Amino acid sequence: MFRVRITRRQEPRGWSSWFVLGAAVALSLVLSGVLLSLRDISPLTGLAVLFKGAYGSRFAIEDCLIKAIPIFLCSLGVAVAFRLQIWNIGAEGQFALGAVGATWVALTFPELPGPILLPAMILMAALAGGLWGMVPALLRQRLQTNEIIVTLMMNYIAILFLDYLVYGVWKDPTSYGFPMTSEFPPQAVVGKIGSTSVNWGLGHCLVLGTVVWVFIRFTRIGFELRAAGDSVRAARYAGIPYDRLVVLVMVISGALAGWAGFLEASATINRLQPSIMVGYGYTAIVVAWLARLNPLTIAIASFLLAGLRVGVENLQLDLQVPAAFGGILEGLILLTVLAGGLFTSYRLSVRRS
Amino acid sequence: MRVLQALAVLMLCLSFSTVQAAEKEINVGFIYVSPIGDAGWSYAHDLARRELDGMEGVKTSYVEAVAEGPDSERVMLNMARKGYDVIFATSFGYMDPMLKVAKQFPNAKFMHCSGFKTADNMGNYFGRMYQARYLSGMVAGGMTRSKTIGYVAAFPIPEVIRGINAFTLGVQAVNPEATVRVVWTKTWYDPATEKEAAKSLLDVGADVIAQHQDSPGPQEAAQEKGVYSIGYNTDMSTFAPKSHLTAPIWNWAPFYRNVIEQVRNGSWKAESVWPGIETGIVDLAPFSAMVPKELQDRVMAARADIVAGSNRIFVGPIKDQKGAVRIAAGVVAPDQDLLGMTWFVQGVVGTTE
Repeated sequence: MFRVRITRRQEPRGWSSWFVLGAAVALSLVLSGVLLSLRDISPLTGLAVLFKGAYGSRFAIEDCLIKAIPIFLCSLGVAVAFRLQIWNIGAEGQFALGAVGATWVALTFPELPGPILLPAMILMAALAGGLWGMVPALLRQRLQTNEIIVTLMMNYIAILFLDYLVYGVWKDPTSYGFPMTSEFPPQAVVGKIGSTSVNWGLGHCLVLGTVVWVFIRFTRIGFELRAAGDSVRAARYAGIPYDRLVVLVMVISGALAGWAGFLEASATINRLQPSIMVGYGYTAIVVAWLARLNPLTIAIASFLLAGLRVGVENLQLDLQVPAAFGGILEGLILLTVLAGGLFTSYRLSVRRS
Repeated sequence: MRVLQALAVLMLCLSFSTVQAAEKEINVGFIYVSPIGDAGWSYAHDLARRELDGMEGVKTSYVEAVAEGPDSERVMLNMARKGYDVIFATSFGYMDPMLKVAKQFPNAKFMHCSGFKTADNMGNYFGRMYQARYLSGMVAGGMTRSKTIGYVAAFPIPEVIRGINAFTLGVQAVNPEATVRVVWTKTWYDPATEKEAAKSLLDVGADVIAQHQDSPGPQEAAQEKGVYSIGYNTDMSTFAPKSHLTAPIWNWAPFYRNVIEQVRNGSWKAESVWPGIETGIVDLAPFSAMVPKELQDRVMAARADIVAGSNRIFVGPIKDQKGAVRIAAGVVAPDQDLLGMTWFVQGVVGTTE
């Protein structure tokens, strides 16, 4: 008889954890290849079409970057909260409120010149998202509510509020009664970088990603955050103001999601409409976990996941694979990568008994 | 030498024939808002697409479950870049993205379903579904005992409101005292939510359930409760054979075939078309045996009147919920008003917000 013993590693695996990650992704691709061959599609052709659609041309890469922008910002936000073991599931709602805040500025002050209007929109979006994120943090402290449930529930409130505005007071009078605001004035639209189709939101991502990284890595509060995230009790004992940190991370988290909402409304849709909500706030949670909460790997994971979604459309168009295949592939990757965590943070030893 | 000559001729023929074939072949792309397995809206379009695929020199493909924002723009761009000649977008929210893509690809033809914007190479189309809704309302009005009919409605946009109004006018044509209770789900395809919404209508005494969404959820709820139902999009009787009375249905194939013929012979123009029941684009699914013969005859007589143009349905006097006359006596509501309808007729219980 053989017995398998599982023991926690004192130190997680170093560089070899990349090997585990690669093996996990490879396994999920093999499994999805099996699914493809069940539909009489050669797995290699299928994967080739998928990758070609995602990264095979300049257009494809630009499309992936555009799609990765909101995912990255939302994910960057939730990762800050997750560091402190505060489970912010509310990026979706904070994103919605950010879009609402930015739209309010764009619709109320359409005459302002761009250099004033855009920062005002960003400020309002970050404020709206941040305050929306602060509510569950305060409720958690005052009433000991669970932030997972409160943030999740507040998503529905935020989205319904957005709907209320676009179906009601903000509805474009020339839209035949369809739910959308009128188009933003040109100076309220974030422009595109050079001759590419990618908007300057990519620049915002670079700056914000760096700022968050520096903040977590090199500042005192960042250190307190990491310490408190590892052990709340130890942090309290050391005199770290845990409650204040909770509010802070939720505000940062909400502000970043709100910023993403601003970019989506301004740069890609040029107005507010209900279909701005496509679940980036939830995708962000998946990305943050896949990337182990590190800003750089979040950027990579956002780009890869965006590529997966863009590539699956190409797969549909060229080989008529159902849309559900994309969801299955995404689920498989998450499952295998998280399962792979067993091999990075635990040690398996086989013994003869 | 002769061999070479023969070869050269052969090559010439071959290349010529491929050129000719390439000229003839028309690539047609469809973009759907829900999965084609929905038995509803997208399924109805896809039935027609498959028929086009059988046409000589026509190749089709589709991308399903595409969100109505930047995602749809990317999918349409991808189709246009791949050289698709005709692109059909079958959801309202694809209008603005399609307009953007159409401007970049002046040689491709763009057709948008259910919107109102056009461009030099972009037309829009829809069917007068309200005519079939009116007829299905007559069936519901004739079958209700409790004089309360439940209507599971999708989004409060003109298309849906117009359908509810026409349905209610049909109900009142046979049963003047009956009311139509409306519940909004704010979904196009969410079987669970839509089924729950139908149950809430059953709880307030509705004994016929009608619907606007693409899932058969409301049909199932009606059958479980043992009351009647009216389907939508396609004949939904297989999902609820014991409750399904009939359904207002789409039949897109003749219309799409016509568009392709027009494109092929060069007579296609970018215009707005809104054909009615006389062209067969909308109709009523076969009656269930539960509908009495007299009622069937009455409905078919009304159908003949609509086909002949003697019943225009939205003919005044028509009052709104507050009792104010919105369409004056003897006046036929112009298409513009129907396309932008945001108020309910008298007899509807519910709000348009």
